[in-house]
Amino acid sequence: MLDIKRIYWIYQSIFVTFKSPNPSKSFMPQTTLTQPSGTAVQAPSRVNDIVIQIATSNGSGSQSANAILLRSIFQMGVPVSGKNIFPSNIQGLPTWYTIRANKDGWTARRKEIDLLVAMNIESVQDDIRELRPGGMLVLNSELKSFLNRNDIQAHIVPFNELVVQACPEVKLRKLVTNMIYVGVVGYLLSLELEEMTQAIEKQFKSKPKAAELNRSAATLGYNWASEHLVNTRTCTIERMERKQEKILIDGNMAAALGYLYGGVTVVGWYPITPSSSVCENLIDLLGKYRHDPQTGKATYAVVQGEDEIASMGFVTGAGWAGARSMTATSGPGISLMAEIAGLSYFAEIPVVITDVQRMGPSTGLPTRTCQGDIMKAYFLSHGDCKHILLIPGSVEEAYEFAIEALNLAERFQTLVFLMSDLDLGMNNWMADPFKFPSKPLDRGKVLTEKDLERVKFFERYRDVDGDGIPYRTLPGTKHPLAAYFTRGTGHTPAATYSEKPENWQDNMDRLTRKFNTARQLVPQPIIEKASDGDVGILAYGSSDMAVKESLAQLEAEAGLKVGYMRIRALPVNGEVRNYIASHRVTYVVEQNRDAQMASILRMEYPDLAPKISSILHYDGMPLDARTVTQAILQSEKPK
Amino acid sequence: MTEPSAQAVAPKASTNHLGQPLAAYRGVTSTLCSGCGHDAITNQIIKACYELDVESHRVAKLSGIGCSSKTTAYFLGQSHGFNSVHGRMAAVATGVHLANRTLLNIGVSGDGDTASIGLGQFLHMIRRNVRICYLIENNGVYGLTKGQFSATADKGSVQKKGTENEMMPIDCCALAIEMGCRFVARSFSGDMKQLLTLIKAGLNHPGTAMIDVVSPCVTFNNHEGSTKSYKFAKEHEEQLHDIGFVPPHEQITAEYAEGTTKTIELPDGAKIVLKKLHRDYDPADRNNALKLLADARDQRLFLTGLIYHQDGTYPDLVEQKNLVEEPLATLSESKVRPPREVLQKIMESLK
Repeated sequence: MLDIKRIYWIYQSIFVTFKSPNPSKSFMPQTTLTQPSGTAVQAPSRVNDIVIQIATSNGSGSQSANAILLRSIFQMGVPVSGKNIFPSNIQGLPTWYTIRANKDGWTARRKEIDLLVAMNIESVQDDIRELRPGGMLVLNSELKSFLNRNDIQAHIVPFNELVVQACPEVKLRKLVTNMIYVGVVGYLLSLELEEMTQAIEKQFKSKPKAAELNRSAATLGYNWASEHLVNTRTCTIERMERKQEKILIDGNMAAALGYLYGGVTVVGWYPITPSSSVCENLIDLLGKYRHDPQTGKATYAVVQGEDEIASMGFVTGAGWAGARSMTATSGPGISLMAEIAGLSYFAEIPVVITDVQRMGPSTGLPTRTCQGDIMKAYFLSHGDCKHILLIPGSVEEAYEFAIEALNLAERFQTLVFLMSDLDLGMNNWMADPFKFPSKPLDRGKVLTEKDLERVKFFERYRDVDGDGIPYRTLPGTKHPLAAYFTRGTGHTPAATYSEKPENWQDNMDRLTRKFNTARQLVPQPIIEKASDGDVGILAYGSSDMAVKESLAQLEAEAGLKVGYMRIRALPVNGEVRNYIASHRVTYVVEQNRDAQMASILRMEYPDLAPKISSILHYDGMPLDARTVTQAILQSEKPK
Repeated sequence: MTEPSAQAVAPKASTNHLGQPLAAYRGVTSTLCSGCGHDAITNQIIKACYELDVESHRVAKLSGIGCSSKTTAYFLGQSHGFNSVHGRMAAVATGVHLANRTLLNIGVSGDGDTASIGLGQFLHMIRRNVRICYLIENNGVYGLTKGQFSATADKGSVQKKGTENEMMPIDCCALAIEMGCRFVARSFSGDMKQLLTLIKAGLNHPGTAMIDVVSPCVTFNNHEGSTKSYKFAKEHEEQLHDIGFVPPHEQITAEYAEGTTKTIELPDGAKIVLKKLHRDYDPADRNNALKLLADARDQRLFLTGLIYHQDGTYPDLVEQKNLVEEPLATLSESKVRPPREVLQKIMESLK
């Protein structure tokens, strides 16, 4: 077996964080295929601070392998996140999975890669180029000819030979190969074997045969690596104690749980990446937990529409008839829903749209993240439309805001958006276990037969309470006063037909009143970090984790005490105004090209426009802290 | 239940069995052009609901956009109505049906609303078997935007300005049969008796009942050259059969003698009686129905009656979804929010 005992142990002394006590002994030119002599070189190791990138091709079945690596680290108590960078393709195109483990809890994307598993011939050249100097490379021996750097540690692994030992069944070998790299990486990072085994069992809990096959493949990889590779302990994972138990979940599952607990009753949807798993997860959850225990009948209906127009029609019809209804989609679907969104606004019908934002139209980058729908969603549709947007910054909030979206939709009898994005929605995040809702369902101002008998008055669009929110009745209410006729435009307070200018203008002004009422009832902004009054950041959604890490970098590296307020919903209220007013400059960090949130804030507060600046990130990759830090340092450097 | 005697069920002259006068089923005054075929259809809907003792609060009136869609305001003023957006009523109705299964849905659409902009949704609604009596007030022309052709305009039909339609029309009845609709009828707004019967039967159908009613547009499509004018329709109409509808609490009268009639029983006990005129027509024969429609089109005949009907129950969308009996809209929190323990269990599985 000596011939497969190939270790590249390459070191370049200019890389400072990777220092060998005796570099001359360990240096091995890459063209030499003999094994290093003598003992392994000990480099100072980074503990619990690592970015692992796994480069495979789509459809190679690496997902469960990557999930097991992620979970093994998670189970060892180390804060961790997993991000899938994938193509719009079922089989064959390059795909990457990035795991970041960080003892301080910084689990946003970090561009610098410490450990690369290179399995894909299509992308191997670029992949190797992007590994940080001194980083570790686990390279499929089939691809060894691509190795062209001598400032990295390359571990060549004969996966194709190992998998023959691990898996007699030829057609399963592709999948099992992935588990071998799990074992190799586990060895290199000093992961606990016991935790890896548990993670495998959890992943394949309903398939004991698959669990056994995968366990033995991972063990083979681990053992092979321990016998053949020199573990430099460049990066290691060590067990950490957690104060509170954590969960690992993606934002789409979190939102689905929110809708389950928000009592959703009618769901209409049409598949679109990256939102599909909101409804797919919800279908599973509803199927398990929402059947009448006596009759076995469903307390919900989910219909997959023929398109997003139909899906929006379903949920709008259902909302009108009194159901708590929701649809989930992404940008192109929002475009198709636009007309009925306007109807929902003007006819005042409760409905929730989940927008898991992605890059633009058609093919190309539908599988990359952005926050490019903020402006569109806020003003979606014809006439003077403005909508309530809830913008979760974490998976906990994806859960909580999904519940709240259903409540607010019925409270305000209007369309409410839950604005997620691909990074939050489809990637795995660590979180505190979700709490059971503290508030009962808010069904809003609905007059029943009894109410009508008591108040003896009903006009559908009359602002009785002065908050702009009228009362409604549901079809089926048996009372002479209950019926009304719903139209988009042109109605009096009593919902009768009118084309009179004053009727319409009054109605528009009432809708503004209603919108202003919402300013105080939507999730309020949070000051995440106080400032010294000079520089503030406003950010929202999935940018949160990167921004928080950037604040720590700015303080540690430049002594800047930058503050941070997180916007959690639109419309904003006076708190955001005060925040901008109280800083010399406020940077609005967002993941779009056109500074959409900053533009909305400038519209809201034109007098404060000169104080609003932007940091924009729109390359399709999740935001990282360094991008924010560099942008602020660039702008704030002494002139 | 014993068969009520004719005397017991006969309503007083001025009210129905609910004690409601006909006027209780009216809506606001029509704003359509004087003599519009749509108003004649509205009157038959009013009469059908009156005669069927429909409780107004149980009805949801649904429509898209267009002259036809406006008419939902002109009948059943004590019912909730929703004039939604152009071509999308089918989807809105689907949501209403799911949210409250107890509602009796009456959909009114036009040929533009159904066959042009809304064709996809119309077909998918049928495919799902949404419970609704869906009327197409078909005049082959866009009235509200002043006279453009719709997708049901006949080939060779001439616009008021003289432009000739060169495309084949879409036959909503044939499409509905293709999509599995189990109640497909065609009528003419001027034929009050037949229309009333079909609407009554359609309201009792436990799924999508589609009635395509040729309803001439007196302003934009009632001239020489139009194939949906009163004159053309009257001259080219061919009735498949004479129709009677008998609600569950009425007996079949002697008018329909054995041998010349076919009785179709609806699941609630109501009956449709077809009196055959000059051919041995079986509305349960799908292939025959499609052939008949194709032949009629070739001969430029305008076929009316219950073109296709399937007996027996077939699950509507609510039944396919196995929904609880109580409307989803009014389920209490305890029924729609799983207990705390379930959340704990799920959280445990994610640790």
